[in-house]
Amino acid sequence: MSRKPLLEVENLRIDLSVGDAKFPAVQDVSFTIERGETFGLVGESGCGKSITSLALIGLLRHPLSIGGGTIRFDGKEIQNLSQSEMRKLRGNRISMIFQEPMTALNPLSPIGRQIAEMFVLHKGVSWTEANRLAVEALASVRVPAPERRVKDYPHQLSGGMRQRVMIAIALACEPDLLLADEPTTALDVTVQAEILDLIRELSAARGTAVLMISHDLGLIANMCRRVGVMYAGRLVEERIADEVFRNPSHPYTSGLVASLPLLGARSKHGRQRLKEIAGVVPPVAAFPAGCRFNPRCYAATELCRVEDPGVTPLANGGLVRCHHHE
Amino acid sequence: MKFRANLVIGGILFAGVVIAGIFAPMLAHTDPVMDANLMYAEEPPGGAFWFGTDAQGRDIYSRVLYGARISLTVGIVSQLINTVIGVCLGLSAGYWGGWWDDFVNGLTNMMLAIPSLIFALAIMAILNPGLTSLLIALGLTNWSFTCRLARASALSLKSQGYVQAAKVLGYSDIRIMLTQLLPNMLGPIIVIGTLGMGGAVLAEAALSFLGLGIRPPFPSWGSMLSDARDQITTAPWISIFPGVAIFITVLGLNLLGDGLRDILDPQARTRRA
Amino acid sequence: MLSFIVRRLLQTLPIILAVAALIFVMFSVIPGTFASSMSDDGRSVLDAEVMARMNKEFGLDDPVYVRFGKYIAQLATFDLGTSFRTRQPVASVIADRLWPTAQLSFAAMLFAIVVGVPLGFIAALRPGSWIDTISMVSAVSGLSLPKFWLGLMLMYLFALVLGWLPSFGYGGGDPRYIILPAIALGVAPLALLARTTRAAVLEIMNADFVRTARSKGMSESKVVRWHLTRNALVIILTTIGLQFGTVIGQAVVVEKLFSWPGLGSLLVDSVTLRDIPVVQGSILVIVLLFLIINMLVDVLCAIIDPRIKYT
Repeated sequence: MSRKPLLEVENLRIDLSVGDAKFPAVQDVSFTIERGETFGLVGESGCGKSITSLALIGLLRHPLSIGGGTIRFDGKEIQNLSQSEMRKLRGNRISMIFQEPMTALNPLSPIGRQIAEMFVLHKGVSWTEANRLAVEALASVRVPAPERRVKDYPHQLSGGMRQRVMIAIALACEPDLLLADEPTTALDVTVQAEILDLIRELSAARGTAVLMISHDLGLIANMCRRVGVMYAGRLVEERIADEVFRNPSHPYTSGLVASLPLLGARSKHGRQRLKEIAGVVPPVAAFPAGCRFNPRCYAATELCRVEDPGVTPLANGGLVRCHHHE
Repeated sequence: MKFRANLVIGGILFAGVVIAGIFAPMLAHTDPVMDANLMYAEEPPGGAFWFGTDAQGRDIYSRVLYGARISLTVGIVSQLINTVIGVCLGLSAGYWGGWWDDFVNGLTNMMLAIPSLIFALAIMAILNPGLTSLLIALGLTNWSFTCRLARASALSLKSQGYVQAAKVLGYSDIRIMLTQLLPNMLGPIIVIGTLGMGGAVLAEAALSFLGLGIRPPFPSWGSMLSDARDQITTAPWISIFPGVAIFITVLGLNLLGDGLRDILDPQARTRRA
Repeated sequence: MLSFIVRRLLQTLPIILAVAALIFVMFSVIPGTFASSMSDDGRSVLDAEVMARMNKEFGLDDPVYVRFGKYIAQLATFDLGTSFRTRQPVASVIADRLWPTAQLSFAAMLFAIVVGVPLGFIAALRPGSWIDTISMVSAVSGLSLPKFWLGLMLMYLFALVLGWLPSFGYGGGDPRYIILPAIALGVAPLALLARTTRAAVLEIMNADFVRTARSKGMSESKVVRWHLTRNALVIILTTIGLQFGTVIGQAVVVEKLFSWPGLGSLLVDSVTLRDIPVVQGSILVIVLLFLIINMLVDVLCAIIDPRIKYT
């Protein structure tokens, strides 16, 4: 195989149609994910990270649509693939875990059947064989007594168990890329760690690349090698995860880092109020001119209000979109 | 603001019927009951008789206009009675809970088990035919949906902060129900009331058709149709126009209800189709 | 499942008792008795002695609570009393009428389901299309049509003008006789089913688990077959159960119009004749039918939806 990256997203634009008008909900987003790598996308809700992942798997639905740019998966452009071609990738080579394990599973279908569907769809095996594989898949996500559990319905499982089932479904066909959209947000803190460990371990064992999406910078930094920070539909910074913490470049990233509570910070610096970023993410139809972060930015100047900053490469390989990056 | 076709069309149809009812004495050509003339019996539509005449030679156009008065009165008044009963029972049951809630719940379940037309028919069997009896029969038999809705809203609203605050301020239960709870459930109740009005108009027509509602010669659309059945071969127009009038009225009310629901009760689109 | 059915039966019993009590009380407060109503119309003048004898014969001069006790005791043995008019047991009078009403109601619901559910499905799969608009406009129109008028118009067109179908009557079970009344009765539930189905399918289309199904790489037709249908079915079945009650109630008007020898026309005739035991019995049987059908629907829903048993 070539050494080309698994996924290359270039200048992706996602349009939100309101009547005849189109607003770019995501614009100029470019990033790459190597084979087996875990890449994180972080940002506040409404910044466009979730719809970016839906675009990658071809599940954007009206009023959202891809408005431009290219998505290259395994060297092949997939943004214009037909539905039937896309279906061969979906679930098979690119799969997805969603935020809400409560509602993401069909309430009227036993979980075994919902896993088995994957094998019938993509491996062309019989239902009997698929059901046997489903038991194995359930065992691989460490659900106890899988041969009995396959007959359970989603409402009989806890949130964490349901998310394990979702992971079993997503990894059933050993995909090259797993999109995990806030996979632990709806779960208890103790369960979160287990689920993250499971994702990390299984993806490492199968060489699956992961796009981890979260609003939680700490979680992302913990899981990922590289991080992209999104704000108002744009990628504002892309760095190695450790560096984001040590040396954030974009004022928005600095704000995010400063708003994290740090273990031991109180003993070092005394009692301090956590920092917050004033204001909220603007709605898609009201993105400000110039740099989209300027109304909330402490360093904003006249230039920021007028001119959209381009992407600047940083010395250590990162990228930042700011006139005044540090 | 989006153009809401159902609201506009429904409103126009219903307003048309209301105007026809109110101005019937001016718009009608003849007296709907007294001006029978066997010389002109079963005249087809045209000429002086726009909608033709019936077996007694009465002008159907005039009778249809006057019929709007009966239908609207029955529709509006009986649905008002239903709404008041449903809101009182549901609101108090949801707010107070306890044995009263159990009782109202049982009552509602019983009401839901008896098809409302059958229940109304049973009441009409006891009372003498006529407008008042119809208002009672239809006003007592269709409150269960309103009651359920009011109860559910009261249950969810009573734990809200502002209701709790009113309690702390020492407001009486009645005052809390009327000033804090009722205004917040009014939208869906108006929607159910509007749709129920259409149902009441249909029920009145059905009962009158069966000879248990408004009795001939008074011009109720339903009783006109029950007369017309015998002349369907010789004079089909006697059957057509009163039926069209019922259809337009009920369609107007249903469209109006749908349109109001889109505005007043957006979540209900999936709750009650 | 068995315990669910038993529990459901136990919930139904108090409703039946309450309905029986309500009907009894309603008809006990009627001013005047059957005997006086016979003399009211002036056709048959009964002297006081005959009236007293009739009241005694039907046990009408006992106190109300004694009569209620007797009434419930009789009901427990499926004895619905004796018709004032024909002196036949009410139960056997009703039994003769049950089958035609069941036929008509089922035919009407069958028509409503076979046309309404697919219509709602198609409309929901293409929201905003012309077929969606047309079916929803037809649905609201169907809900607004008076059944007896629709029946009258159908009768005029298909029986009298075109001569394709018989105009009225039972025809001794000839299936051609049931077509027109079943359509007249079925249009309203058809319209409601189409609307409910559309709303249910649209809601489920946007559900998270349908998005999951798509993310698995499933074709739309498999999404519909594997995940949508069952979920929509629960909502549709519940609507069908509730509509059955309305249909049995509305059958009164349609049966009368088409001279269909069912429970509905029996009820109307008995009301006109003030044959109270038959009126009470018919209403009770209609309510019972409705409750039984809804129980069947609930059991079906519980089979399809595993969550129902536990909540």
